[in-house]
Amino acid sequence: MRVSEQDAAGSAPQIVGSFLEQRKEQIAQRWADAPLFRSVFTVSRDEAVEACKAVVEALSEVAVSGRLEDVRAPGFGTVREQLGRMSATRARTGSTPAQIAEEVAGLRAPAVELLREEFADPATPQAHECVLALTLLLGTLRLVVMETALDANAELIERQRQQLLEVATPVIKLWEGTVAVPLIGTLDSARSQVVMESLLEAIVDQRARYAILDITGVPTVDSLVAQHLMKTVAAARLMGAECIVSGIRPAIAQTIVQLGIDLGSVLTRASLSDALAYALGKQGIEVSRADAGASAR
Amino acid sequence: MNQPTPGQPAVPVLALGDVLLVSLQGELHDGMAEQLQHDITSRVATSGVTGVVIDISGVEIVDSFLGRVLAEIASTARLLAARTVLAGMRPAVAITLVELGLTLPGLVTALDVDRAMELLSRGGS
Amino acid sequence: MQQSGQASATSLPIGSDADLAWVRQQVRQCAAQLGFGLVQQTKLVTAASELARNTLVHGGGGRAEITPLDNGRTRGLRMCFIDSGPGIRDLELAMTDGYTTGGGLGLGLSGAKRLVHEFSVDTEPGRGTTVTAVAWVAQVPASRPGVR
Repeated sequence: MRVSEQDAAGSAPQIVGSFLEQRKEQIAQRWADAPLFRSVFTVSRDEAVEACKAVVEALSEVAVSGRLEDVRAPGFGTVREQLGRMSATRARTGSTPAQIAEEVAGLRAPAVELLREEFADPATPQAHECVLALTLLLGTLRLVVMETALDANAELIERQRQQLLEVATPVIKLWEGTVAVPLIGTLDSARSQVVMESLLEAIVDQRARYAILDITGVPTVDSLVAQHLMKTVAAARLMGAECIVSGIRPAIAQTIVQLGIDLGSVLTRASLSDALAYALGKQGIEVSRADAGASAR
Repeated sequence: MNQPTPGQPAVPVLALGDVLLVSLQGELHDGMAEQLQHDITSRVATSGVTGVVIDISGVEIVDSFLGRVLAEIASTARLLAARTVLAGMRPAVAITLVELGLTLPGLVTALDVDRAMELLSRGGS
Repeated sequence: MQQSGQASATSLPIGSDADLAWVRQQVRQCAAQLGFGLVQQTKLVTAASELARNTLVHGGGGRAEITPLDNGRTRGLRMCFIDSGPGIRDLELAMTDGYTTGGGLGLGLSGAKRLVHEFSVDTEPGRGTTVTAVAWVAQVPASRPGVR
């Protein structure tokens, strides 16, 4: 097929649309060797060609609809998920969204080359217009890929954040009926939610009467952190367990007083062992040296 | 169909020695909660029990209305010389109540019914 | 990604105790379907209960509208409580902890606000009140684990 003078009635996007549809196979063959597709579909070239065809089809649809510069064009919808998977694969191997976008830009040259071959005289204004339309379209594709790459990144970060939250808050059974959470690092709202939930779950699972929140590893206590602590204490109490906050370092104790934070009814102890001693004592459990009370048992 | 059937079973109030055991289950209408408050109060007054255990382990949400009813049951029972223990609150319910701003400071709580009974039999407060 | 599941608003009447129970049940079901965790579900149902009771007690009844949301990143739930009652004369006062006219604990509005992410009250004396509360699913559901 050659674009002849008779076709001149069609607008540039329409011509590009039908060009993409008819030359799908050739474009796909060339794109399959481009870094973007080659690096994602490492196993099978056929798979890469199929993926390319799907993208070309989508581009053709967008071109026909005339919305060359619209990243929300419905045509892109069909390949968005596939592009997202590809970006995610590239992102996992360390590519930045900018690098991925650069690889998409690399798809332009082979496609434009094929388009030029369609025209008997590539110097006519119509040929120029078509090349321009195709360039615009591929620019939009680049934006779509960029967007999916950023989404994939955000998702990855969010997942890691979740994992970190869970890893960073272990609940430990210290003794029959006593559980503890050693808090390390900054206590923000999301983290304190996780702490509260896991502590309360542990209280149920362990049938704990006492729960110790050890803040030795918490760098600062401001009014927000204090509020989180008090909420946790209040929730534990509603479930029938007593909560003890331990590990308040002198500097933090001073800050708490200076900020005028009222820890109110919260039971505090200087160290985790003091808190444990308190909890044991309240349960009538006595710990003594074996040699001191040799006759004990 | 979307209206629950009328004549729902009343909340069972069980007498165990000198303790009343009330077990709340599932969805509690406002009217039922008020009825329950009335029932418990009259049972405490007439039977002379010394303790009331309200088991809410089967309750999925406690809002400020039910919270108020529970707190009032406890205060009324106290006037009638009976101590009330709220037992078995679920973690999600406890978190929500605290967030709501309802910490029920006057209520004695226990992890489950066994612990609540234990608490009442020890006589400590 | 998914076109289905984006159901439109469900409208529920609020005219009796039993309706409050029905609203709670519907909010619970909807929140569970959207992927809210147990704690968030409990918060949402509790907020719905507070707000629906306000509609019943102060607004003289009305309706609740529950709409699933999807902002592309996470899913959410919007709950509107609409009445054409007397309205709230002093909104600031009504939003204060402990302020009550209905014999509750005065935590209805202020408490419900703390249980959701977005909260707004549209009221006009004599015209009625619409309270809108929105919550978003806190965590990305593990729908797409690392490798496929």
